[in-house]
Amino acid sequence: MAQASETRERDTFAKLLCEHALVRPGRPAMRHKDLGIWRTWNWSELTETIRAYAAGLQQLGLERGATIAVIGENRPAMYWTILAAQWLGAIPVPVYADAVADEMAYVLDHADVAFAAVQDQEQVDKLISVQDRVPKLRTVIYDEPRGLRDYDHSRLHAINDVIAKGRDRLAADPGVAATIDAARDNGQASDISIILYTSGTTGRSKGVLLTAGGSIAAARDTVAFDKLTDRDEVLAYLPLAWVGDHYLNYAQSLVAGFCIACPESRETAEADTQEIGPSFYFAPPRVFETLLTRITIRMEDAGALKRGMFNYFIGVAKRWGEKILDGKKVPIGARIGYAIGNLLVYAPLKNVLGFSRIRVAYTAGEAIGPDLFSFYRSLGLNLKQLYGQTEAFLYVTAQPDGQIRAGTVGPATPNVDIRIADDGEVLYRSPGQFAGYYKDAERTAETVTADGYVKTGDAGFFDPDGHLTIIDRAKDVGKLSSGALFAPKYIENKLKFFPNIKEAVAFGQDRDFATVMLNIDLTAVGNWAERKNIAYGSYQELAQRPEVYEMFTGHVAEVNRALAAEPRMAAAQIKRFLILHKELDADDGEMTRTQKVRRSFIAERYKPLIDALYNGTEAADISTEVTFEDGRKGVISARVRIADAKVAAPAKLGAAA
Amino acid sequence: MNAASETLLSVDGVSLSFGGVKAITDVSFDIRKGEIRAIIGPNGAGKTSMLNVVNGFYHPQHGRITYKGKTRPRMRPYQAASQGIARTFQNVALFRGMTTLDNIMVGRTLKMHRGLFWQMLRYGPAMREEIEHRRVVEDIIDFLQIESIRKTPVGKLPYGLQKRVELGRALAMEPELLLLDEPMAGMNIEEKEDMCRYILDLNKHFGTTIALIEHDMGVVMDLSDRVVVLEYGHKIADGTPEVVKADPKVIEAYLGVGH
Repeated sequence: MAQASETRERDTFAKLLCEHALVRPGRPAMRHKDLGIWRTWNWSELTETIRAYAAGLQQLGLERGATIAVIGENRPAMYWTILAAQWLGAIPVPVYADAVADEMAYVLDHADVAFAAVQDQEQVDKLISVQDRVPKLRTVIYDEPRGLRDYDHSRLHAINDVIAKGRDRLAADPGVAATIDAARDNGQASDISIILYTSGTTGRSKGVLLTAGGSIAAARDTVAFDKLTDRDEVLAYLPLAWVGDHYLNYAQSLVAGFCIACPESRETAEADTQEIGPSFYFAPPRVFETLLTRITIRMEDAGALKRGMFNYFIGVAKRWGEKILDGKKVPIGARIGYAIGNLLVYAPLKNVLGFSRIRVAYTAGEAIGPDLFSFYRSLGLNLKQLYGQTEAFLYVTAQPDGQIRAGTVGPATPNVDIRIADDGEVLYRSPGQFAGYYKDAERTAETVTADGYVKTGDAGFFDPDGHLTIIDRAKDVGKLSSGALFAPKYIENKLKFFPNIKEAVAFGQDRDFATVMLNIDLTAVGNWAERKNIAYGSYQELAQRPEVYEMFTGHVAEVNRALAAEPRMAAAQIKRFLILHKELDADDGEMTRTQKVRRSFIAERYKPLIDALYNGTEAADISTEVTFEDGRKGVISARVRIADAKVAAPAKLGAAA
Repeated sequence: MNAASETLLSVDGVSLSFGGVKAITDVSFDIRKGEIRAIIGPNGAGKTSMLNVVNGFYHPQHGRITYKGKTRPRMRPYQAASQGIARTFQNVALFRGMTTLDNIMVGRTLKMHRGLFWQMLRYGPAMREEIEHRRVVEDIIDFLQIESIRKTPVGKLPYGLQKRVELGRALAMEPELLLLDEPMAGMNIEEKEDMCRYILDLNKHFGTTIALIEHDMGVVMDLSDRVVVLEYGHKIADGTPEVVKADPKVIEAYLGVGH
């Protein structure tokens, strides 16, 4: 029973904090770069500050069970507010700092906040502009005083003053100290420790309720999974209100006792990463892509010697790097070559990126291109993929060290239970699983099954080794007329990993076979055409060049081969494709502002082309109205060729490649 | 607006000519402590010449300048600088190969007490002094929100940011009177809004008196407490933005006769 009693003592974040102050008082807990200098708080200083802050907040009237909004970037004062609120048993509600006033008003009102802790004048102004829509909000506390001097301070307080007052109270009256400590000890595992609002791509955002015990249990599992210790360090630059930051940085830091470093500002995050040298790192695929583009461009500008050396050793890394990282058997010659490469190229490159000390790095959020993924792994960066959700308190699956397959997101993390529903939807039960949506029993009931599994809304399948592959949002996964599975986004993503293909739109719902419309990437294909001496006068002309069609036929055939290798996907291979004469554009309504294709709109707008894809003709005429950047409208007409694609034979069990 | 009526600087009957060209003819106006004072006028009206006179770069043939109660027929630039007048230029005049940090540090030169020898040693008192100055510079970097370009050579920066660095260098002198020569020329709307905010914050929180030349009328009318209008070297109007805006002579100068 010893273990049970131990967990009972450390079942809230405030109790964990005090534990660290006892066990590792001098270890760094938090850093912040301010006025050009990294300032560090160790666990004992941090605990003292949070205790004082809690005393100050209590004096302002923050009570157990009340909610407090936290609006700002990754600054110590914002994390302190979360901790101090949890100390008192109050519930922090982080809100995206870049949310417009209107969205913010909805969340603040829905979460019934009477308190808000904000970063600066910008956020205070937003709150003032919506105050009549958030009638319950009575007290606002702020971190940065700049510009706020002339504001009405009857309901506005500086966080520093709140902490100072709390400190005075604690020093002056032992009774206060006893009350504050009792407030912490009253905390239980079943307390709601935070409400995270999901960004709400569909409809109004929902407030996900997470419990202290569940959050800590989930974080304990992954801290053990990735062997994180109090020697680790992270740079907190992800949005505070996103589950990723709250889990990876906040929860894991308090469980493992490692240090959170807060960047100077959002723009300096990259330089700060380099200075701190984090050992645990998370970034969405987009960030890795941007970095790679920048490396490539810089290398092209470098001298011939450096460029030659870079290209040679990147070649070595491509061939052996991942195998060495995964601890596989590699010939001694390759090891020596890789070691030299590490000395000359990989280590300096990682140093420039601030990746030198990374032991574990994750990426998630969207599909990452296999080449991009392999590039970083081949340099020796232990980059892995995870799959998770706010409702799960992040992790559902994650790739264990040394068992990485680019297309999958790995097996279920410890203590997570996954089930695939009959329609392909992924369901799970996890230790950090949410307690429900705030004030929305109806949608909670829609999301959680009777036996306690949470529906992810994503469709996926397990490969024979138990690694999960996510194919698409479940509601977007369709069927061909034969009844075979048709996952448009899965096909589109595979196509878009080719640098020459900018956009892809797949069709096939209730049809006999799958087809795609493609957009060339003008930069990549334009460069290629230049090298091949292919002349072209316009985007439209380049897109319709037979050489381009030939190249794209090869790309499509390769995707078909990949699809054929997966038994459930083999039927949905691409039979015919075309290259669009114009770029899909949000101004024409063909894409959303977040650059996602609007499939049904496109199907309607390009109906003659869709018909041609399915009736076997070799070309079709199309004219479409377009909107130019200055708002004028015009018409583009074109004759678009339709090409047949090579279809690969589906893989048979036991057949070797 | 600012009710403080103590005069910081006054210009009496100043005339300036280059050979036969009369740049400024018998212009008088004053700048009160704590206000934002704009100097406007069509191209070639003598605005920049006026700033150059105030700052001691040009010496007027006639007239007097009274600054902080002391009257001089002429000022020298270093006198102006050491007595708390700082300025920025119409065309950015930074050390392009140096970083943002170093450029702003240059603005501290007049406040440094240790000589070249000590500075080169970077030891003991010189080091302590350097740290103290660095602290001031970091405050300015924080104020202007240019942390992300602290170590970037300014030549690589976009124009709007260079202007901000230049303002930073002027601020490093901790000026009492700040002269801004077209601080928003060539900026996009967002950069202009940022710059307006910095100017207002400076004026409000540090009490810095500001005299600025600007072409964007919207900016001038929003920012300034009082406006002087020059045309062909003559003062044609002086007063609050509302008064100046309604003055028929000003409208004529800008739009031509019989508009």
